[in-house]
Amino acid sequence: MSLKLKALTKSIWVYHMSTGSCNNCDIEILDLLTPRFDVERFGITLVGSIRHADAILVTGALNLKTIPRIKNIYDQAPKPCFVIAIGACACGQGIFAKGPNTPEPVDSILPVDAYIPGCPPKPEAMIAAIVKLIEKLRGKK
Amino acid sequence: MADKIIPIGPYHPLQEEPEFFRLHVDGEKVVDIDIEIGYNHRAIEKISESKSYDQVTFLVERICGICSTSHPFAYTNAIDDLLGIEVPERALYIRTIIGELERIHSHLLWLGLAGHFLGYNTVWMWAWRYREPVLDIFERISGNRNHYAMFKPGGARRDLDEADFPWIKKTLKSLIPKFDMFKGAVIDDPVIRARTEGVGVLTKQDVYDYACVGPTARASGFVMDVRKDDPYAAYDKVEWKVITQQGGDVFAKAVVRILELYESVNIILQCLDKIPKGPIDINIKDMPAGEGIGRHEAPRGEVFHYIMSDGGNSPARHKVRAPSFVNIASNKKAVIGETISDATIILAAVDPCYCCTERMAVVDHKTGKKVFDGQDLVRLSQEKTEKLRRKYNR
Ligand code: SF4
Repeated sequence: MSLKLKALTKSIWVYHMSTGSCNNCDIEILDLLTPRFDVERFGITLVGSIRHADAILVTGALNLKTIPRIKNIYDQAPKPCFVIAIGACACGQGIFAKGPNTPEPVDSILPVDAYIPGCPPKPEAMIAAIVKLIEKLRGKK
Repeated sequence: MADKIIPIGPYHPLQEEPEFFRLHVDGEKVVDIDIEIGYNHRAIEKISESKSYDQVTFLVERICGICSTSHPFAYTNAIDDLLGIEVPERALYIRTIIGELERIHSHLLWLGLAGHFLGYNTVWMWAWRYREPVLDIFERISGNRNHYAMFKPGGARRDLDEADFPWIKKTLKSLIPKFDMFKGAVIDDPVIRARTEGVGVLTKQDVYDYACVGPTARASGFVMDVRKDDPYAAYDKVEWKVITQQGGDVFAKAVVRILELYESVNIILQCLDKIPKGPIDINIKDMPAGEGIGRHEAPRGEVFHYIMSDGGNSPARHKVRAPSFVNIASNKKAVIGETISDATIILAAVDPCYCCTERMAVVDHKTGKKVFDGQDLVRLSQEKTEKLRRKYNR
Protein backbone atom coordinates (compact mmCIF):
# COMPACT_ATOMS: atom_id res chain seq x y z
CA MET A 1 0.00 0.00 0.00
CA SER A 2 1.26 3.36 -0.89
CA LEU A 3 1.97 5.76 1.87
CA LYS A 4 -0.83 7.96 0.64
CA LEU A 5 -3.45 5.20 0.93
CA LYS A 6 -2.14 4.13 4.28
CA ALA A 7 -2.50 7.63 5.60
CA LEU A 8 -6.01 7.77 4.16
CA THR A 9 -7.26 4.84 6.16
CA LYS A 10 -6.59 6.67 9.39
CA SER A 11 -8.83 9.49 10.56
CA ILE A 12 -11.02 9.80 7.51
CA TRP A 13 -12.29 13.34 7.12
CA VAL A 14 -15.57 13.46 5.34
CA TYR A 15 -17.35 16.10 3.36
CA HIS A 16 -21.09 15.89 3.21
CA MET A 17 -22.91 16.69 0.03
CA SER A 18 -26.65 16.70 -0.21
CA THR A 19 -27.86 16.57 -3.77
CA GLY A 20 -31.58 16.82 -3.39
CA SER A 21 -32.32 14.52 -0.53
CA CYS A 22 -35.16 14.38 1.89
CA ASN A 23 -32.83 15.35 4.72
CA ASN A 24 -33.09 12.19 6.70
CA CYS A 25 -29.86 10.70 5.46
CA ASP A 26 -28.21 14.04 6.22
CA ILE A 27 -29.56 14.09 9.73
CA GLU A 28 -28.40 10.57 10.35
CA ILE A 29 -24.93 11.62 9.22
CA LEU A 30 -24.92 14.47 11.72
CA ASP A 31 -26.28 12.03 14.26
CA LEU A 32 -23.08 10.05 13.87
CA LEU A 33 -21.19 12.96 15.41
CA THR A 34 -23.42 13.25 18.47
CA PRO A 35 -22.83 11.44 21.76
CA ARG A 36 -24.58 8.14 21.11
CA PHE A 37 -22.50 7.20 18.07
CA ASP A 38 -19.67 9.68 18.28
CA VAL A 39 -17.52 8.71 15.32
CA GLU A 40 -15.04 11.41 16.20
CA ARG A 41 -13.44 8.94 18.53
CA PHE A 42 -12.25 7.14 15.39
CA GLY A 43 -10.95 10.39 13.99
CA ILE A 44 -13.84 10.68 11.53
CA THR A 45 -15.06 14.22 11.35
CA LEU A 46 -17.11 16.40 9.06
CA VAL A 47 -15.14 19.14 7.35
CA GLY A 48 -16.49 22.33 5.87
CA SER A 49 -14.42 22.39 2.73
CA ILE A 50 -13.99 19.74 0.08
CA ARG A 51 -10.27 20.59 -0.09
CA HIS A 52 -9.72 19.02 3.31
CA ALA A 53 -11.73 15.89 2.66
CA ASP A 54 -10.69 12.25 2.27
CA ALA A 55 -14.17 11.03 1.44
CA ILE A 56 -17.37 12.54 0.10
CA LEU A 57 -20.67 11.36 1.48
CA VAL A 58 -23.30 11.82 -1.20
CA THR A 59 -26.94 11.73 -0.26
CA GLY A 60 -30.03 12.29 -2.31
CA ALA A 61 -31.22 11.80 -5.85
CA LEU A 62 -29.25 14.17 -8.06
CA ASN A 63 -31.41 16.84 -9.58
CA LEU A 64 -30.80 19.05 -12.58
CA LYS A 65 -29.67 21.99 -10.49
CA THR A 66 -27.18 20.07 -8.36
CA ILE A 67 -25.56 17.88 -11.07
CA PRO A 68 -23.16 20.57 -12.41
CA ARG A 69 -22.31 21.61 -8.84
CA ILE A 70 -21.54 18.07 -7.77
CA LYS A 71 -19.14 17.65 -10.69
CA ASN A 72 -17.53 20.95 -9.79
CA ILE A 73 -17.10 19.99 -6.15
CA TYR A 74 -15.67 16.57 -6.98
CA ASP A 75 -13.15 18.16 -9.35
CA GLN A 76 -11.89 20.34 -6.52
CA ALA A 77 -11.34 17.39 -4.20
CA PRO A 78 -7.76 16.29 -3.58
CA LYS A 79 -7.34 12.78 -5.04
CA PRO A 80 -7.54 10.00 -3.98
CA CYS A 81 -10.94 10.83 -2.60
CA PHE A 82 -13.55 8.21 -1.87
CA VAL A 83 -17.16 8.62 -2.77
CA ILE A 84 -19.68 6.97 -0.51
CA ALA A 85 -23.29 6.92 -1.62
CA ILE A 86 -25.63 7.00 1.33
CA GLY A 87 -29.24 6.01 1.15
CA ALA A 88 -31.54 4.46 -1.40
CA CYS A 89 -31.69 7.77 -3.29
CA ALA A 90 -27.95 8.03 -3.85
CA CYS A 91 -27.51 4.29 -4.49
CA GLY A 92 -30.09 4.02 -7.21
CA GLN A 93 -32.46 6.98 -7.02
CA GLY A 94 -34.96 5.12 -4.85
CA ILE A 95 -38.48 6.38 -5.13
CA PHE A 96 -37.39 9.27 -7.36
CA ALA A 97 -36.28 7.07 -10.26
CA LYS A 98 -38.11 8.21 -13.40
CA GLY A 99 -38.81 11.61 -11.92
CA PRO A 100 -38.64 14.44 -14.46
CA ASN A 101 -36.10 16.45 -12.41
CA THR A 102 -33.90 13.55 -11.29
CA PRO A 103 -32.37 12.23 -14.53
CA GLU A 104 -29.27 10.28 -13.42
CA PRO A 105 -28.08 8.18 -10.51
CA VAL A 106 -24.98 9.32 -8.62
CA ASP A 107 -22.76 6.53 -9.94
CA SER A 108 -23.22 7.67 -13.53
CA ILE A 109 -21.51 10.94 -12.57
CA LEU A 110 -19.03 10.12 -9.81
CA PRO A 111 -16.97 6.95 -9.23
CA VAL A 112 -18.72 5.50 -6.18
CA ASP A 113 -16.57 3.36 -3.82
CA ALA A 114 -19.18 2.24 -1.33
CA TYR A 115 -22.94 2.02 -1.31
CA ILE A 116 -24.95 2.16 1.89
CA PRO A 117 -28.55 1.20 1.17
CA GLY A 118 -31.43 2.02 3.45
CA CYS A 119 -33.94 4.80 3.69
CA PRO A 120 -32.30 6.22 5.72
CA PRO A 121 -29.53 3.75 6.60
CA LYS A 122 -29.06 3.32 10.33
CA PRO A 123 -26.01 5.07 11.77
CA GLU A 124 -24.62 1.64 12.66
CA ALA A 125 -24.83 0.70 8.99
CA MET A 126 -22.85 3.79 8.05
CA ILE A 127 -20.13 2.98 10.57
CA ALA A 128 -20.00 -0.61 9.30
CA ALA A 129 -19.64 0.65 5.74
CA ILE A 130 -16.70 2.88 6.60
CA VAL A 131 -15.03 0.00 8.44
CA LYS A 132 -15.50 -2.21 5.38
CA LEU A 133 -14.09 0.46 3.11
CA ILE A 134 -11.01 0.76 5.31
CA GLU A 135 -10.59 -3.02 5.40
CA LYS A 136 -10.84 -3.19 1.64
CA LEU A 137 -8.17 -0.54 1.29
CA ARG A 138 -5.89 -2.24 3.77
CA GLY A 139 -6.51 -5.60 2.09
CA LYS A 140 -5.17 -4.14 -1.13
CA LYS A 141 -1.65 -4.35 0.22
CA MET B 1 -23.89 53.46 -0.61
CA ALA B 2 -21.50 50.57 -0.43
CA ASP B 3 -23.14 47.25 -1.18
CA LYS B 4 -21.36 44.05 -0.37
CA ILE B 5 -22.92 40.68 -0.96
CA ILE B 6 -22.30 37.72 1.29
CA PRO B 7 -23.23 34.45 -0.40
CA ILE B 8 -24.29 31.66 1.92
CA GLY B 9 -24.48 28.22 0.30
CA PRO B 10 -25.51 26.18 -1.66
CA TYR B 11 -23.07 23.80 0.00
CA HIS B 12 -22.11 25.10 3.35
CA PRO B 13 -21.09 23.07 6.34
CA LEU B 14 -23.94 23.90 8.59
CA GLN B 15 -27.17 23.24 6.95
CA GLU B 16 -27.62 19.76 5.79
CA GLU B 17 -29.49 20.79 2.71
CA PRO B 18 -28.49 22.92 -0.26
CA GLU B 19 -30.02 26.38 -0.73
CA PHE B 20 -28.64 29.80 -1.38
CA PHE B 21 -28.86 33.17 0.36
CA ARG B 22 -27.27 36.36 -0.87
CA LEU B 23 -26.88 38.90 1.91
CA HIS B 24 -26.32 42.47 0.74
CA VAL B 25 -24.35 44.26 3.41
CA ASP B 26 -23.19 47.76 4.16
CA GLY B 27 -20.35 47.43 6.67
CA GLU B 28 -21.85 45.33 9.44
CA LYS B 29 -25.50 45.93 8.53
CA VAL B 30 -27.54 43.69 6.33
CA VAL B 31 -29.39 45.84 3.80
CA ASP B 32 -31.05 43.25 1.62
CA ILE B 33 -31.32 39.53 1.13
CA ASP B 34 -31.98 37.35 -1.89
CA ILE B 35 -33.12 33.83 -1.40
CA GLU B 36 -32.62 31.25 -4.10
CA ILE B 37 -34.10 27.83 -3.67
CA GLY B 38 -34.61 24.81 -5.85
CA TYR B 39 -31.55 22.73 -5.04
CA ASN B 40 -33.77 20.13 -3.56
CA HIS B 41 -36.46 20.08 -6.17
CA ARG B 42 -37.38 16.54 -7.05
CA ALA B 43 -40.68 17.10 -8.84
CA ILE B 44 -42.61 15.23 -6.21
CA GLU B 45 -45.99 16.56 -7.24
CA LYS B 46 -45.37 15.30 -10.75
CA ILE B 47 -44.07 11.89 -9.63
CA SER B 48 -47.15 11.63 -7.46
CA GLU B 49 -49.32 11.63 -10.56
CA SER B 50 -47.68 8.39 -11.68
CA LYS B 51 -48.06 6.48 -8.43
CA SER B 52 -51.07 4.77 -6.94
CA TYR B 53 -52.81 6.40 -3.99
CA ASP B 54 -51.26 3.96 -1.58
CA GLN B 55 -47.75 4.49 -2.96
CA VAL B 56 -48.08 8.27 -2.71
CA THR B 57 -48.11 7.93 1.07
CA PHE B 58 -44.52 6.69 0.89
CA LEU B 59 -43.58 9.33 -1.65
CA VAL B 60 -44.88 12.28 0.37
CA GLU B 61 -43.11 10.90 3.41
CA ARG B 62 -39.89 11.49 1.47
CA ILE B 63 -40.58 15.16 0.82
CA CYS B 64 -38.85 15.88 4.07
CA GLY B 65 -37.07 13.66 6.52
CA ILE B 66 -37.68 15.77 9.60
CA CYS B 67 -41.37 16.21 8.91
CA SER B 68 -41.68 12.70 7.66
CA THR B 69 -45.03 12.34 9.36
CA SER B 70 -46.48 15.72 8.55
CA HIS B 71 -46.81 15.14 4.85
CA PRO B 72 -48.43 11.71 5.06
CA PHE B 73 -50.62 13.12 7.82
CA ALA B 74 -51.92 15.92 5.63
CA TYR B 75 -52.10 13.61 2.62
CA THR B 76 -54.16 10.95 4.36
CA ASN B 77 -56.39 13.71 5.75
CA ALA B 78 -56.92 14.86 2.16
CA ILE B 79 -57.80 11.38 0.95
CA ASP B 80 -60.15 10.81 3.87
CA ASP B 81 -61.76 14.14 3.01
CA LEU B 82 -62.08 13.18 -0.66
CA LEU B 83 -63.72 9.88 0.20
CA GLY B 84 -65.79 11.30 3.02
CA ILE B 85 -64.97 8.37 5.27
CA GLU B 86 -64.75 8.05 9.03
CA VAL B 87 -61.37 6.69 10.05
CA PRO B 88 -61.48 4.18 12.94
CA GLU B 89 -60.81 5.85 16.25
CA ARG B 90 -57.80 3.78 17.16
CA ALA B 91 -56.11 4.90 13.95
CA LEU B 92 -56.78 8.54 14.85
CA TYR B 93 -55.01 8.09 18.15
CA ILE B 94 -52.09 6.31 16.51
CA ARG B 95 -51.74 9.17 14.03
CA THR B 96 -51.78 11.72 16.84
CA ILE B 97 -49.13 9.88 18.83
CA ILE B 98 -46.79 9.62 15.85
CA GLY B 99 -47.38 13.26 14.91
CA GLU B 100 -46.47 14.48 18.40
CA LEU B 101 -43.44 12.21 18.78
CA GLU B 102 -42.19 13.76 15.60
CA ARG B 103 -42.69 17.26 16.97
CA ILE B 104 -40.50 16.40 19.95
CA HIS B 105 -37.65 15.08 17.85
CA SER B 106 -37.91 17.94 15.39
CA HIS B 107 -37.88 20.69 18.03
CA LEU B 108 -34.92 19.07 19.78
CA LEU B 109 -33.12 18.93 16.48
CA TRP B 110 -33.73 22.65 15.95
CA LEU B 111 -32.64 23.49 19.48
CA GLY B 112 -29.39 21.66 18.88
CA LEU B 113 -28.70 23.43 15.60
CA ALA B 114 -29.58 26.82 17.09
CA GLY B 115 -27.10 26.11 19.90
CA HIS B 116 -24.47 25.28 17.33
CA PHE B 117 -25.06 28.52 15.40
CA LEU B 118 -24.63 30.48 18.59
CA GLY B 119 -21.40 28.71 19.39
CA TYR B 120 -22.80 26.51 22.12
CA ASN B 121 -21.83 23.12 20.79
CA THR B 122 -22.65 21.58 24.14
CA VAL B 123 -26.29 22.47 23.60
CA TRP B 124 -26.11 20.79 20.21
CA MET B 125 -24.67 17.57 21.61
CA TRP B 126 -27.08 17.44 24.54
CA ALA B 127 -30.16 18.19 22.49
CA TRP B 128 -29.30 15.53 19.95
CA ARG B 129 -28.47 13.10 22.66
CA TYR B 130 -31.93 13.45 24.18
CA ARG B 131 -33.43 13.13 20.76
CA GLU B 132 -32.18 9.55 20.60
CA PRO B 133 -34.73 8.11 23.08
CA VAL B 134 -37.49 9.49 20.86
CA LEU B 135 -35.96 7.77 17.85
CA ASP B 136 -35.76 4.57 19.92
CA ILE B 137 -39.49 4.80 20.50
CA PHE B 138 -40.01 5.14 16.78
CA GLU B 139 -37.78 2.19 16.14
CA ARG B 140 -39.75 0.08 18.56
CA ILE B 141 -43.07 1.14 17.08
CA SER B 142 -42.33 1.14 13.38
CA GLY B 143 -39.00 -0.62 12.85
CA ASN B 144 -37.27 2.46 11.46
CA ARG B 145 -35.69 5.46 13.18
CA ASN B 146 -37.01 7.88 10.61
CA HIS B 147 -39.57 7.42 7.87
CA TYR B 148 -41.96 5.48 10.00
CA ALA B 149 -44.50 4.63 7.29
CA MET B 150 -47.29 4.50 9.85
CA PHE B 151 -49.91 6.22 7.72
CA LYS B 152 -52.20 4.92 5.11
CA PRO B 153 -55.32 6.32 3.51
CA GLY B 154 -58.22 5.26 5.68
CA GLY B 155 -56.24 4.42 8.81
CA ALA B 156 -52.86 3.42 10.14
CA ARG B 157 -50.50 0.90 8.60
CA ARG B 158 -49.33 -0.73 11.82
CA ASP B 159 -50.86 -1.20 15.20
CA LEU B 160 -49.24 -0.15 18.46
CA ASP B 161 -48.44 -2.92 20.88
CA GLU B 162 -49.99 -2.33 24.32
CA ALA B 163 -47.06 -4.10 25.90
CA ASP B 164 -44.80 -1.23 24.82
CA PHE B 165 -46.89 1.50 26.46
CA PRO B 166 -45.30 1.44 29.91
CA TRP B 167 -41.87 1.66 28.38
CA ILE B 168 -42.89 4.49 26.05
CA LYS B 169 -44.40 6.41 28.96
CA LYS B 170 -41.34 5.91 31.09
CA THR B 171 -39.02 7.08 28.31
CA LEU B 172 -41.10 10.18 27.66
CA LYS B 173 -41.32 11.06 31.34
CA SER B 174 -37.58 10.71 31.67
CA LEU B 175 -37.25 13.46 29.04
CA ILE B 176 -39.10 16.06 31.12
CA PRO B 177 -36.14 16.86 33.43
CA LYS B 178 -34.02 17.28 30.30
CA PHE B 179 -36.51 19.76 28.88
CA ASP B 180 -36.34 21.63 32.21
CA MET B 181 -32.62 21.82 31.76
CA PHE B 182 -32.97 23.30 28.26
CA LYS B 183 -35.59 25.71 29.49
CA GLY B 184 -33.23 26.87 32.22
CA ALA B 185 -30.35 27.09 29.77
CA VAL B 186 -32.24 29.33 27.36
CA ILE B 187 -34.32 31.46 29.70
CA ASP B 188 -31.79 32.07 32.47
CA ASP B 189 -28.56 32.28 30.54
CA PRO B 190 -27.62 35.97 30.09
CA VAL B 191 -25.46 35.26 27.05
CA ILE B 192 -28.14 33.41 25.13
CA ARG B 193 -30.60 36.12 26.06
CA ALA B 194 -28.25 38.84 24.86
CA ARG B 195 -27.74 37.01 21.58
CA THR B 196 -31.39 36.32 20.88
CA GLU B 197 -33.57 38.90 22.59
CA GLY B 198 -34.69 41.69 20.31
CA VAL B 199 -32.90 40.03 17.40
CA GLY B 200 -34.75 39.36 14.16
CA VAL B 201 -38.06 40.69 15.39
CA LEU B 202 -41.20 39.93 13.42
CA THR B 203 -44.15 42.01 14.54
CA LYS B 204 -47.69 40.73 14.45
CA GLN B 205 -48.26 42.82 11.32
CA ASP B 206 -45.19 41.27 9.60
CA VAL B 207 -46.46 37.82 10.38
CA TYR B 208 -49.75 38.81 8.86
CA ASP B 209 -48.11 40.34 5.78
CA TYR B 210 -45.87 37.36 5.10
CA ALA B 211 -48.52 34.81 6.06
CA CYS B 212 -46.14 33.01 8.42
CA VAL B 213 -47.29 29.86 10.11
CA GLY B 214 -46.38 27.63 13.01
CA PRO B 215 -44.00 28.58 15.82
CA THR B 216 -42.80 31.58 13.77
CA ALA B 217 -46.30 33.06 13.93
CA ARG B 218 -47.02 31.93 17.46
CA ALA B 219 -43.85 33.62 18.73
CA SER B 220 -45.29 36.94 17.53
CA GLY B 221 -48.49 36.54 19.47
CA PHE B 222 -50.64 34.86 16.84
CA VAL B 223 -52.87 32.23 18.33
CA MET B 224 -52.86 29.95 15.36
CA ASP B 225 -52.66 26.21 15.34
CA VAL B 226 -54.47 23.90 12.95
CA ARG B 227 -54.71 21.30 15.68
CA LYS B 228 -56.98 23.69 17.62
CA ASP B 229 -58.56 25.73 14.84
CA ASP B 230 -59.69 22.82 12.72
CA PRO B 231 -59.29 19.73 14.87
CA TYR B 232 -58.52 16.47 13.17
CA ALA B 233 -57.24 13.07 14.36
CA ALA B 234 -57.51 12.92 18.15
CA TYR B 235 -56.47 16.52 18.94
CA ASP B 236 -59.95 17.49 20.12
CA LYS B 237 -60.13 14.52 22.44
CA VAL B 238 -57.18 15.49 24.61
CA GLU B 239 -56.41 18.51 26.80
CA TRP B 240 -53.61 20.78 25.66
CA LYS B 241 -52.93 24.42 25.02
CA VAL B 242 -51.52 26.48 22.19
CA ILE B 243 -48.22 28.10 23.22
CA THR B 244 -47.72 31.71 22.23
CA GLN B 245 -45.18 34.42 23.03
CA GLN B 246 -45.29 38.14 22.36
CA GLY B 247 -41.68 39.05 21.51
CA GLY B 248 -41.46 37.88 17.88
CA ASP B 249 -37.66 37.66 18.26
CA VAL B 250 -35.38 34.64 18.12
CA PHE B 251 -35.71 34.23 21.89
CA ALA B 252 -39.50 34.01 21.69
CA LYS B 253 -39.28 31.43 18.93
CA ALA B 254 -36.96 29.30 21.04
CA VAL B 255 -39.25 29.58 24.07
CA VAL B 256 -42.31 28.60 22.02
CA ARG B 257 -40.55 25.50 20.77
CA ILE B 258 -39.28 24.48 24.20
CA LEU B 259 -42.70 24.88 25.80
CA GLU B 260 -44.27 22.92 22.98
CA LEU B 261 -42.07 19.97 23.91
CA TYR B 262 -43.96 19.72 27.20
CA GLU B 263 -47.33 19.93 25.45
CA SER B 264 -46.38 17.18 23.05
CA VAL B 265 -45.38 14.84 25.85
CA ASN B 266 -48.62 15.73 27.56
CA ILE B 267 -50.67 14.89 24.44
CA ILE B 268 -48.91 11.57 23.89
CA LEU B 269 -49.35 10.47 27.50
CA GLN B 270 -53.07 11.25 27.35
CA CYS B 271 -53.44 9.44 24.03
CA LEU B 272 -51.70 6.36 25.39
CA ASP B 273 -54.19 6.29 28.27
CA LYS B 274 -57.27 6.91 26.17
CA ILE B 275 -56.56 4.88 23.05
CA PRO B 276 -59.55 2.61 22.33
CA LYS B 277 -59.35 -0.93 21.04
CA GLY B 278 -60.62 -1.78 17.61
CA PRO B 279 -59.67 -1.91 13.95
CA ILE B 280 -56.94 0.36 12.67
CA ASP B 281 -58.03 0.87 9.11
CA ILE B 282 -60.85 0.55 6.67
CA ASN B 283 -60.62 -0.96 3.29
CA ILE B 284 -60.91 1.51 0.45
CA LYS B 285 -62.31 -0.15 -2.64
CA ASP B 286 -62.40 2.55 -5.26
CA MET B 287 -61.67 6.23 -5.57
CA PRO B 288 -64.47 8.44 -6.77
CA ALA B 289 -63.73 11.52 -8.86
CA GLY B 290 -63.51 14.63 -6.73
CA GLU B 291 -61.30 16.87 -4.65
CA GLY B 292 -59.98 16.68 -1.13
CA ILE B 293 -57.90 18.87 1.13
CA GLY B 294 -55.96 17.91 4.20
CA ARG B 295 -54.09 19.97 6.79
CA HIS B 296 -51.73 19.17 9.61
CA GLU B 297 -49.79 21.32 12.05
CA ALA B 298 -46.24 20.19 11.33
CA PRO B 299 -43.44 21.14 13.72
CA ARG B 300 -42.76 24.14 11.46
CA GLY B 301 -46.32 25.15 10.75
CA GLU B 302 -49.28 24.23 8.65
CA VAL B 303 -48.85 21.69 5.87
CA PHE B 304 -51.53 21.64 3.25
CA HIS B 305 -52.24 18.95 0.67
CA TYR B 306 -54.75 19.10 -2.14
CA ILE B 307 -55.72 16.06 -4.13
CA MET B 308 -57.79 15.93 -7.27
CA SER B 309 -59.03 12.58 -8.40
CA ASP B 310 -60.50 11.68 -11.77
CA GLY B 311 -61.63 8.28 -10.58
CA GLY B 312 -58.39 6.65 -11.72
CA ASN B 313 -55.69 4.88 -9.81
CA SER B 314 -53.43 7.86 -9.19
CA PRO B 315 -54.03 11.50 -8.32
CA ALA B 316 -54.84 13.72 -11.29
CA ARG B 317 -53.31 16.67 -9.44
CA HIS B 318 -51.50 16.78 -6.14
CA LYS B 319 -50.52 20.12 -4.62
CA VAL B 320 -48.37 20.47 -1.52
CA ARG B 321 -47.85 23.65 0.46
CA ALA B 322 -45.05 23.32 3.01
CA PRO B 323 -44.69 25.68 5.97
CA SER B 324 -41.01 26.61 5.47
CA PHE B 325 -41.78 27.98 2.06
CA VAL B 326 -43.85 30.79 3.50
CA ASN B 327 -41.73 31.23 6.61
CA ILE B 328 -38.50 31.65 4.67
CA ALA B 329 -39.83 34.72 2.92
CA SER B 330 -40.20 36.41 6.30
CA ASN B 331 -36.39 36.36 6.59
CA LYS B 332 -36.47 39.35 4.30
CA LYS B 333 -38.13 41.29 7.08
CA ALA B 334 -36.28 39.76 10.01
CA VAL B 335 -32.72 39.99 8.72
CA ILE B 336 -32.67 43.45 7.13
CA GLY B 337 -31.16 46.02 9.49
CA GLU B 338 -29.47 43.42 11.67
CA THR B 339 -25.74 42.76 11.84
CA ILE B 340 -24.02 40.01 9.85
CA SER B 341 -23.08 38.05 12.96
CA ASP B 342 -26.74 37.77 13.89
CA ALA B 343 -27.83 36.70 10.41
CA THR B 344 -27.18 32.98 10.83
CA ILE B 345 -29.28 32.62 13.93
CA ILE B 346 -32.10 34.70 12.48
CA LEU B 347 -32.16 32.65 9.31
CA ALA B 348 -32.19 29.52 11.43
CA ALA B 349 -34.89 30.79 13.76
CA VAL B 350 -37.78 29.93 11.48
CA ASP B 351 -36.43 26.38 11.49
CA PRO B 352 -36.19 26.34 7.74
CA CYS B 353 -36.49 22.98 6.15
CA TYR B 354 -35.03 23.29 2.70
CA CYS B 355 -36.01 19.91 1.42
CA CYS B 356 -39.03 21.88 1.10
CA THR B 357 -36.68 24.81 0.18
CA GLU B 358 -30.58 25.40 1.46
CA ARG B 359 -27.39 27.72 0.60
CA MET B 360 -25.76 31.21 1.59
CA ALA B 361 -22.84 33.95 0.73
CA VAL B 362 -21.98 37.67 1.60
CA VAL B 363 -21.09 39.84 -1.46
CA ASP B 364 -19.59 43.34 -1.59
CA HIS B 365 -22.38 45.61 -2.80
CA LYS B 366 -19.96 47.69 -4.89
CA THR B 367 -17.54 45.17 -6.30
CA GLY B 368 -19.83 42.16 -6.25
CA LYS B 369 -16.97 40.16 -4.75
CA LYS B 370 -17.54 37.44 -2.20
CA VAL B 371 -16.43 38.51 1.25
CA PHE B 372 -17.63 35.78 3.55
CA ASP B 373 -18.99 32.31 3.08
CA GLY B 374 -21.21 30.23 5.30
CA GLN B 375 -18.38 29.01 7.44
CA ASP B 376 -17.13 32.54 8.14
CA LEU B 377 -20.63 33.56 9.14
CA VAL B 378 -20.94 30.85 11.69
CA ARG B 379 -17.49 31.76 12.97
CA LEU B 380 -18.57 35.41 13.28
CA SER B 381 -21.66 34.36 15.16
CA GLN B 382 -19.68 32.13 17.47
CA GLU B 383 -17.10 34.86 18.11
CA LYS B 384 -19.82 37.24 19.12
CA THR B 385 -21.10 34.78 21.70
CA GLU B 386 -17.58 34.30 22.95
CA LYS B 387 -17.20 38.08 23.46
CA LEU B 388 -20.48 38.28 25.33
CA ARG B 389 -19.50 35.33 27.41
CA ARG B 390 -16.34 37.09 28.51
CA LYS B 391 -18.33 40.23 29.21
CA TYR B 392 -20.73 38.36 31.48
CA ASN B 393 -17.86 36.42 32.87
CA ARG B 394 -19.47 33.04 32.19
S1 SF4 C 1 -32.61 7.48 0.87
FE1 SF4 C 1 -34.53 7.90 1.94
S2 SF4 C 1 -33.90 8.99 3.78
FE2 SF4 C 1 -32.20 9.11 2.35
S3 SF4 C 1 -32.48 11.03 1.23
FE3 SF4 C 1 -33.47 9.39 0.04
S4 SF4 C 1 -35.57 9.41 0.69
FE4 SF4 C 1 -34.42 10.50 2.21
